[in-house]
Amino acid sequence: MALEQTDVQRAAHLARLALDDADAARYVDDLGRILEMVDQLQAVDTQGVAPLAHPLDATQRLRADEVTESDQRDHFQQGAPAVENGLYLVPRVVE
Amino acid sequence: MHDKTLTQLAAGLAAGDYSSREITQSLLSRIDRLDGELNSFISVTREHALAAASAADDARAKGNAGPLAGLPLALKDIFCTQGIKTTAGSRMLDNFIAPYNATVVDKLNASGMISLGKTNMDEFAMGSSNENSYYGPVKNPWDLSAVPGGSSGGSAAAVAAGLVPAALGTDTGGSIRQPAAFCGITGLKPTYGRVSRYGMIAYASSLDQAGPMARTAEDCALLLGAIAGHDVHDSTSVARGVPDYTAELGESLSGLKIGLPKEYFGDGLAPEVEAAVREAVKVFESFGACVREVSLPHTHYAIPAYYVIAPAEASSNLSRFDGVRFGHRCDNPTDLIDLYKRSRAEGFGDEVKRRILIGTHTLSEGFFDAYYKKAQQIRRLIRQDFLDAFEDVDVLMGPASPTPAFDLGANKDPVSMYLQDIYTIAINLAGIPGISVPAGLVGGRPVGLQILGPHFAESQLLNVAHQFQQATDWHQRRPAFAEENA
Repeated sequence: MALEQTDVQRAAHLARLALDDADAARYVDDLGRILEMVDQLQAVDTQGVAPLAHPLDATQRLRADEVTESDQRDHFQQGAPAVENGLYLVPRVVE
Repeated sequence: MHDKTLTQLAAGLAAGDYSSREITQSLLSRIDRLDGELNSFISVTREHALAAASAADDARAKGNAGPLAGLPLALKDIFCTQGIKTTAGSRMLDNFIAPYNATVVDKLNASGMISLGKTNMDEFAMGSSNENSYYGPVKNPWDLSAVPGGSSGGSAAAVAAGLVPAALGTDTGGSIRQPAAFCGITGLKPTYGRVSRYGMIAYASSLDQAGPMARTAEDCALLLGAIAGHDVHDSTSVARGVPDYTAELGESLSGLKIGLPKEYFGDGLAPEVEAAVREAVKVFESFGACVREVSLPHTHYAIPAYYVIAPAEASSNLSRFDGVRFGHRCDNPTDLIDLYKRSRAEGFGDEVKRRILIGTHTLSEGFFDAYYKKAQQIRRLIRQDFLDAFEDVDVLMGPASPTPAFDLGANKDPVSMYLQDIYTIAINLAGIPGISVPAGLVGGRPVGLQILGPHFAESQLLNVAHQFQQATDWHQRRPAFAEENA
């Protein structure tokens, strides 16, 4: 499937990546060739083949609904770019 | 000291020939002297290492030391280490001090092993050459103009140069086995789920697996025993007992059935690499092993399937790097979306952005079935190829890489670079274990023999590799860089 610059910009927006037009143009070629390589998959008949998401074909185990972790907010917030009173600071979202 | 294996160092410690502090100081001095040229470490944790070495010596004096106590190693900078910078090779995490230890790090600490530092790697483990690190490329000690392989290239180069006797790496599509092959060391990717992934910065969660890198299979067996096992913090780790991997290293290989996948010996394989691998297989025939050709018919589709699945998982995993709770944040964001977009654009390098974009595109509306679902269906076919092959043979053998290490900067096209992993990627999709052992030199650069087994056949793979290393000396060869700087 051919890729256009608008597709790259759309993916960049969905991925929350700033990408100017020059960068997007640069990626169109690379991504186009990668998708061309990936398109070889279409040659395989996969009718009736179940997708495999886990290499051991395992299912997610459930654990008991019990508290196992203590509150370590202060510890984890030591690495945050900006915090105040136990909250992560970001630009104002609601005026 | 720098030329000894973990096993040899352990024997010397037990005999009182030297202390752990002496080993640690000796290797730290060597890192200081040589790593400026190699760039294999991102962080050297001198004070931590010396303190841990003294503690190990005290424990030994009191008779409380286990078999691994006081032995040095290095950790790929993808494993969280409490209080120590953990970058995953990315500008995004250049300021990140991990608030907790990965489970494998806790296990190694509990065994008394001593980490000398965190090794360089392709950013977020995305790469086959170690040229994608924010901290610059690693050089191959066998030839400083060559790449060490990726993404655990820093770990492989450090071991090959004698800076550490062993290291931990991670393998998502070949990132332990290919750099092990390029640097002439031994590297094992265990079965998916054999080793906890908790605290290992995730690239592609259904493919990533940590494993040992060392000079010998015997040392890999020691290390795997220390890190393997179920972890309540990782629901993808497998609840299954851990065997004594060193106990089975002496098993006879007479009657071993070896399969050579015909798809691993076709176009694209350098003739000199093929010759080295076939010579290595003859060694097993001399042990009484039987060799036959087998087929893995979907091999050709492994790379396309991987480059849908891995980027899709990466685009999800890397969404946590948003400039809010940790890591890089852009200056003066105008609003929340601007904060996200610019922090991520500034923090991630080119290859990471490329894979995030591919992953996001293939998962987006209208493309999911054609790409992601299709790739997961083909993943099942690839896995079934291996299961079918292991009905007839005990192990598979082939090259770890189609060529020896290539020159730094030689492979600029991303698709050509991806094809470097043609013999390693399918193994991750299937979740089976694989090991690369040194098996020759081509133009002065090492060649790796890759040995594959069924799920949880690590003991067998380690024994097969160990027997090979008892009969050959490829694993004892050292690069001139290490010899000249002895």
